[in-house]
Amino acid sequence: MMRRRWTATVAITLASVLTLAACGGGGKGAQPSSGGGDAKKQVEVFSWWTGPGEADGLKAMRQIFEQKNPSYTFFDAAVAGGSGDKAKALLQSKLQADTPPDTFQGHAGAELQGYIKAGDLEDLNFLYDELKLRDVFPAQLVDQISVQGKVYSVPVNIHRSNVLWFNPSVLKEAGIAGAPRTLEEFVADLGKVKAKGKIPLSIGSEWTVTHLLESVLLGSLGTDAYNALFKPGADWSSPQVTKALETFKTVMSYAGDPQDDWQPAAKQVADGEAAFNIMGDWAYGYFHNPPDGGLGKTSKTDFDWAPSPGTEGTYLWLSDSFTLPKGAKNRDGAVAWLKVAAGKEGQDAFNPKKGSIPARKDADQSLYTDYLADALKDWSSDKLAGSIQHGVSVNQPWLAAITEAVGLFIGSKDVAALQKALADAAKANAQ
Amino acid sequence: MRRARTWLPGLLLVAPSIVAIGVFVYGMLGWNFRLAMTDKHDEVSEGTFVGLDNFVGIWDQPRWHLSVDHAIMFTVVFVLGALVLGWFLAFLMEKGIRGEGTFRAIYLFPMAISFVATGIVWRWLMNSGMGERAVGLNRLFDAIGLPQWQWFRDPDWGMAAMALPAIWQMSGYVMALFLAGFRGVPEELREAARVDGCGEWGVYRHVVLPLLRPVTLSALIILGHISLKVFDLIVAVSGKQIITDVPAVFMWVAVFDSHDPAKGATIASYIVLSVAIFVIPYLIWSVRKERRS
Repeated sequence: MMRRRWTATVAITLASVLTLAACGGGGKGAQPSSGGGDAKKQVEVFSWWTGPGEADGLKAMRQIFEQKNPSYTFFDAAVAGGSGDKAKALLQSKLQADTPPDTFQGHAGAELQGYIKAGDLEDLNFLYDELKLRDVFPAQLVDQISVQGKVYSVPVNIHRSNVLWFNPSVLKEAGIAGAPRTLEEFVADLGKVKAKGKIPLSIGSEWTVTHLLESVLLGSLGTDAYNALFKPGADWSSPQVTKALETFKTVMSYAGDPQDDWQPAAKQVADGEAAFNIMGDWAYGYFHNPPDGGLGKTSKTDFDWAPSPGTEGTYLWLSDSFTLPKGAKNRDGAVAWLKVAAGKEGQDAFNPKKGSIPARKDADQSLYTDYLADALKDWSSDKLAGSIQHGVSVNQPWLAAITEAVGLFIGSKDVAALQKALADAAKANAQ
Repeated sequence: MRRARTWLPGLLLVAPSIVAIGVFVYGMLGWNFRLAMTDKHDEVSEGTFVGLDNFVGIWDQPRWHLSVDHAIMFTVVFVLGALVLGWFLAFLMEKGIRGEGTFRAIYLFPMAISFVATGIVWRWLMNSGMGERAVGLNRLFDAIGLPQWQWFRDPDWGMAAMALPAIWQMSGYVMALFLAGFRGVPEELREAARVDGCGEWGVYRHVVLPLLRPVTLSALIILGHISLKVFDLIVAVSGKQIITDVPAVFMWVAVFDSHDPAKGATIASYIVLSVAIFVIPYLIWSVRKERRS
């Protein structure tokens, strides 16, 4: 009897220990296996492209990849969630556990600095040399994504942040002839719309206000002064910045009630409830695409666009890019993927579906119509400035500090406190 | 040897859970407190010991004050709301309503839903659109002539609105607790009170309510610690916006957006400490009670 009890105890103890061990190993077990022996090798591509348009674009690129690389299979490790919040958190834990995906999506520019500093990324100069990418990407783009002469990612697409979307009939009703070209005109126009009882400027959740701030900063400071804000020792406490932030406060005083996200805010413009909205050019797909993915509106009559006030001739850009993590299980496969992502064929397959333009200068122009044709034209001629909200100009901690300052400003409307917080953030993070 | 035979099998049985809890709960707690006392403000630096600097320094940040204020308002409204509503529902049940089993199930069902699902539904219900654009509760209020609200977007009372879904979800549970408590009051005591000339309210005031004190305390502690740690509900309703910021959301932003492990650990420590304020007196109280009986 006694012996039976002993055996049972030992058995149960062992079983629980084994379960624990199994839990510990579970992380690895859940990874996609890289396939042993003669099986095709997997390439794990980590992105946050799961929405309409973007997922289609990824699929188009995937087809090209699999055609060109019959020995690899594409493993789609996409994590849902706009602008990759959840994806980035998961990625962080994968990187810390030293089990990186073979390649992951990240906004090109300063957003990648944290990964670079932590030694998570391989530099891609070899690929840029091999494919002569410095000749096909705009020089200013390569310059703005380089860290001490090294490039760490391959930009697939370009989005524009400084776009003013407006409803032509609401503007007409308020007696406004055309899109405002300066911030002064913009403020005057906002007043005219308000007098008619419509929402002058629609906004979404707090990040859309940071998005608005970068357009106002660029419009008020001008391109060179804006770009200088992100250089070491930049002066965010200058009177010029104060003036820009005062303008921002004035503009915000015309904002409607905050909506849940950017889509409901954009919809207010499409529905004729609001006159203006400043949002990135992904809004075009939302306005234009047929229902389900979009609102099915006609461009130029139901909605129209212009560079945000005071920023004509400057492309406030952001870009999705792919990287090469150190310690990737299938490095060759990842490099093969990067070649497709950097190539003309891959970019021309992806971008018309995603509603963005290719980073390459040699794109097939006939594929890009309506808004995208305008964007492509401006991309080749405009000066470039990097987006704040979308990770080009500031790294993640800096962006978090700016987001916090703007969030507090929405409540307090205190320009001095906002400027101090922005200056402190720059001091702590500029490098 | 004989003695070992009596306690050893038992110890072996619980050993795995002791080890697991030791490592994954207390070990991690200790590790977190240690991290909070370093200056490891990014992932790559080693971090040297700085004592309580982080714990003091965080009070200079306006966002921290805001999120603490929010947590307090949420906790007060949620705990009081759930207690009062749960007590009231239990009171109605206790008065012998028809189909009690059905009602009990209906009020308990929300507990089976996760806070995330609740949050997503209530995000729509509490949409701040007004007039033409009203949906959810605002449209209902509009139709029956009640004023419309900003709900969780209200700069002053937003967190009180945020507590509504939590009250909706947890009051059924509080009801179940109170109902068990009501049922535990011996009928003789009530009768004795009535014989002594107590009115029905008097019976509740002087007999039933005092006997419900332990139940109330348990409910208070359970609700209180849920409330101080609340994260999923807030994120599901409004994301990580400052207007509804609470310490747990701030912690998430500090770790994953600001990439500041020490700051995240500091906030985590404060959350643990604030929950401990609720839980430790309860533990002491229940240990004492066990000894007494």
